[in-house]
Amino acid sequence: MRIPDSLCRLVVLCLLAWLPWVAQAQDDPGQTLLESLDTTSYVEKGEAIEAIIASGDERSRRWLEALLGGKLQRHKASGQFVVVLENRGRHWPVVDALGFEEAGEMSRRELDRIGINNALRGQLQGALAVLDLHADEVDERREAARALLGDIDATLAEPLQALIDSEEDGEVRRLLEQALAIHRLGQGEMAAVEDLAGSLNSRVRAALSSASRSDDPQLAQAAGAALVDIEQKMKLNRGLETLYFGLSLGSVLVLAAIGLAITFGVMGVINMAHGELIMLGAYTTWAMQQLLPGQPGLALLLAIPAGFLVAALAGVAIERGVIQFLKGRPLETLLATFGVSLILQQLVRTVISPQNRTVVSPDWMSGSIMINEGLSLTLNRLYVLGFALVVFAGLMLVMRRTRLGLEVRAVTQNRAMARSMGIRATRVDILTFALGAGVAGLAGVALSQLTNVGPNLGQNYIIDSFMVVVFGGVGNLWGTLVAGMSLGVINQVLEPWAGAVLAKIVVLVFIILFIQKRPRGLFPQKGRAAEG
Amino acid sequence: MNILKSLADRDRVFDFLVPVASPVDVRHGPILYLEDVSVSFDGFKAINDLNLTIDDGELRCIIGPNGAGKTTMMDIITGKTRPDTGQVWFGSRHDLLTLNEPQIASLGIGRKFQKPTVFEALSVFENLELAMAADKRILPTLTARLTGEIRDRIEEVLATIGLTELRYGPAGILSHGQKQWLEIGMLLMQRPRLLLVDEPVAGMTEQEMERTAELLTGLAGKGKQSVVIVEHDMGFVRSIARTVTVLHQGSVLAEGSMDKVSSDPRVVEVYLGADPDVEAA
Amino acid sequence: MWLTRPLRERSTQLFLGILLAALALVTLLNLTLPAAHPLHVSTYTVTLLGKYLSYALLAVAVDLVWGYLGILSLGHGAFFALGGYAMGMYLMRQIGDRGTYGDPVLPDFMVFLNWDSLPWYWLGFDMPWFAFLMVLLAPGLLALVFGFLAFRSRVTGVYLSIITQAMTFALMLAFFRNEMGFGGNNGLTDFKELLGFDLRSDATRLGLFIATGIALALGYVVCRAIVASKLGRVSVACRDAEARTRFLGYRVERFQLFVFVVSAMLAGVAGALYVPQVGIINPSEFSPIFSIEVVLWVALGGRATLYGAVIGALLVNYAKTVFTGVMPDAWLFALGGLFVLVTVFLPKGIAGLLDLRIKRRSATSDSTPATGEATA
Repeated sequence: MRIPDSLCRLVVLCLLAWLPWVAQAQDDPGQTLLESLDTTSYVEKGEAIEAIIASGDERSRRWLEALLGGKLQRHKASGQFVVVLENRGRHWPVVDALGFEEAGEMSRRELDRIGINNALRGQLQGALAVLDLHADEVDERREAARALLGDIDATLAEPLQALIDSEEDGEVRRLLEQALAIHRLGQGEMAAVEDLAGSLNSRVRAALSSASRSDDPQLAQAAGAALVDIEQKMKLNRGLETLYFGLSLGSVLVLAAIGLAITFGVMGVINMAHGELIMLGAYTTWAMQQLLPGQPGLALLLAIPAGFLVAALAGVAIERGVIQFLKGRPLETLLATFGVSLILQQLVRTVISPQNRTVVSPDWMSGSIMINEGLSLTLNRLYVLGFALVVFAGLMLVMRRTRLGLEVRAVTQNRAMARSMGIRATRVDILTFALGAGVAGLAGVALSQLTNVGPNLGQNYIIDSFMVVVFGGVGNLWGTLVAGMSLGVINQVLEPWAGAVLAKIVVLVFIILFIQKRPRGLFPQKGRAAEG
Repeated sequence: MNILKSLADRDRVFDFLVPVASPVDVRHGPILYLEDVSVSFDGFKAINDLNLTIDDGELRCIIGPNGAGKTTMMDIITGKTRPDTGQVWFGSRHDLLTLNEPQIASLGIGRKFQKPTVFEALSVFENLELAMAADKRILPTLTARLTGEIRDRIEEVLATIGLTELRYGPAGILSHGQKQWLEIGMLLMQRPRLLLVDEPVAGMTEQEMERTAELLTGLAGKGKQSVVIVEHDMGFVRSIARTVTVLHQGSVLAEGSMDKVSSDPRVVEVYLGADPDVEAA
Repeated sequence: MWLTRPLRERSTQLFLGILLAALALVTLLNLTLPAAHPLHVSTYTVTLLGKYLSYALLAVAVDLVWGYLGILSLGHGAFFALGGYAMGMYLMRQIGDRGTYGDPVLPDFMVFLNWDSLPWYWLGFDMPWFAFLMVLLAPGLLALVFGFLAFRSRVTGVYLSIITQAMTFALMLAFFRNEMGFGGNNGLTDFKELLGFDLRSDATRLGLFIATGIALALGYVVCRAIVASKLGRVSVACRDAEARTRFLGYRVERFQLFVFVVSAMLAGVAGALYVPQVGIINPSEFSPIFSIEVVLWVALGGRATLYGAVIGALLVNYAKTVFTGVMPDAWLFALGGLFVLVTVFLPKGIAGLLDLRIKRRSATSDSTPATGEATA
């Protein structure tokens, strides 16, 4: 009962697919290329494959892969080339081989397979391996060359040599030569060791290390020496990587702490809800992405001012609602703002969700930059690092160059005197607090790109942030920068041989001991004002 | 050599064996002696080659414009600030630069701060009790009892500073002048040999000032206390001082009787000319 | 004898009277009334009250350092937990071969981790006297080392609060690690008996409740004795004008250290009494939030009164039990709001309110406060 039904549908679909295809197929060079494959002579088929490779057509890979898998077929009636998606059952779902749009289902009896023999199979495999080496984009060619390392056999060696000669990009040439050298090393060629020396590629290392166990003592020794050399470079790389991760962690700490450095360091106000202001910034990013679905990049950029504003407003509310009543009672301020932090956390749990929310990273932030073959830097961390430095520089500018900064410093040093000079201390308090809170919001926006966004986000950073501020010396923004960065690096250096948790404990204990030794931090304020 | 030497001084091997409150030796001269003392904060020379000698039983006034280093000098004597160079001796036996604040205090140097600091939550009586010279280690303090003798001593000082009526009230409710007196009373309870008094009459009424002058002049004397007063108010200084030292930019500019000092042209130039208080005086 | 001095104070007599009467009443209602009687106090409630009382002792310890010494410790939970762990280790050893794995010496979690012998720091905890000594010594030693370093370099005020918080945070992270040998995440639990008494029996639970009440009474008297001594007045002096106290010849840092260590030991005792009643000790007791919550109890009750700390601890924990039962989500709102309200509107806590009323009433009749006389 159902078969005629579906058959009808099929026919209609085919008819529908037919019309545009006819028009399109006329002027597509791909059509000609595929036509030339449809021949009974395997020699001609071989030539057709060569032609497809040489064409540089971006669909080549899919065609050749389909051909290799026996999935490139031709509709008997219309002559349309299709790629079979799944050849189980009687009706196969297919896509058009030119445009790759879906073309419904076709009965296996309507289709002709374009067959290949073993010789062609070998040719195809080799061709696929080097196919991307013909790509127009240099990056694609590099990627393809890299993939070839260690995967070269005798059949490929020869065409590769020809490709090297015609290649324009030096990097691709180098990679291909390396690939060849690995092959030559496998054959026991001494000169290959020299060609491979100094490369950090893991496949090169694997090849060298197997060569170092070879029966030929000379080759083994040469390969061993090359390995030691590479090991050394790797060590340097690992050092650099640790440094990078350390700086990245440090930049997060600086971002989290710098707002605190303003409210705590400059105003002397302990804000235990600082972590929750960070959390608000992160949630603002999430909310922005909900408002602008499909545009994570734009949402993220908009979240920067929005996160600042949201956190700053929350900060002003905290200052006006709680802190202003507790002037000169730092311990009470600490307790009250801790209460605020509990309320904010629970608010997020109740209003949004106790579960973590995912914030999407835009494309331009994912991926990584490759410095060399053993070292690549993830982009999102790099962006956050840069962002932290920009925020820091911005804050320094505000504090050093603007009227607000001047007034803040004046109020910090002598409140009564500043007031008598006509500075409205209350207004300065509010603005300073808003600034510190806003920067916490910025930290939240940045953090949303690195970690999960959840109600506990802020709590995880509050103790660390205080440690950074205290370690750096209260009231000193430079101190915060140096302290944050160095704590980040120390943490990462310790981590490999102590584990993440123990590293954190060690750092905490270190700071506790450090404060005993220098109660005023790395960069203390000196003189009579500090004695108070 | 050093080890041998320290072994020879067997009584100095352990801190607690050293009798901290050993008497001050003033047979060979002054009770306080500062020589070539210098200290700087961030490059600013607060004290610059200062030399100062206070004799036993003397009452000395120290004057000087703001920033002359008066308070810093007090800080150095009481061990709060360590000088970069120089020597500070209490009597001829005690090198103050090797001692910390409580040790210096128990040697018999008492200090009254510029801003009156009394323990506001405690009663006047208790303030004096804490100040009293006694064994100030932990266990003796924990088990200390208020004997009749101690009570009498406190009552005596209460009478001296005129706060007998207010003795059980919290010190926080005292007026500014009364707090100053209480602080002087606390110094007296310590039975100090040397009293350092920083601006005792700042913010006082005329009457309170007279009473304070009486109190301070009554304290000083041979075999009693030596008193060093830092003050701005020239009228007050003139009314009590026998010898006056003028500090300027961290060192001594002039020293002598009030008349002699105030006629010194250098003093007139750097200080008297600059201070309206003095012109009035 | 300085220790018995507070027994002559009216306020202490009142406090002890109420506490002992309450203990007796609860015991009586639990033992004599049948379970169906409306006034019957169930053993479950008795244990709950016992837990509150151990919290109250912890609050008294915090009040001693915060109220009288001016040191806001955000790490007293660490001392509480250390005392608890010392007790927990003893209870673990008491399990013997009755654990799931039936190992006569090793606790279950060590068998699970494939350890073949006890770590050295677990030795001796099978002897009750040693374990009880460690209840005092472990927190005391931590407080001694930490306090020595902190007070020597004159770390005070907010800085001290922050590093005490860092201390308890670091300890929490450490105790979460399985390698530490304290049961990691799960902590120590499945206790069977204490000094031969079955921990699940009603009689033992009542006994623990009474013991906790008596410990609270003793702890209160010790604190009161310290506070009423000259040392207590020196502490207040350190709190209000540290530099001045130093110029009077007191080694401020030693006084701070002494009071801090005593307080830490009291907190340890509280932890040790807490553990057998709730049946578990795990690293969450080290969490900074718990420590800061304790401070709230003291702030609500009124600092520098000692009895205020007890009132605060009982009230907040009772409220917590009620709230988390009825509407668990609202509890953090309530707690957070309490922090704000107490600090902004009620800086002297409930004790401050009581004090005002008493003063107003006695203002007409009596004019001389007895502070001076009390020192005799």
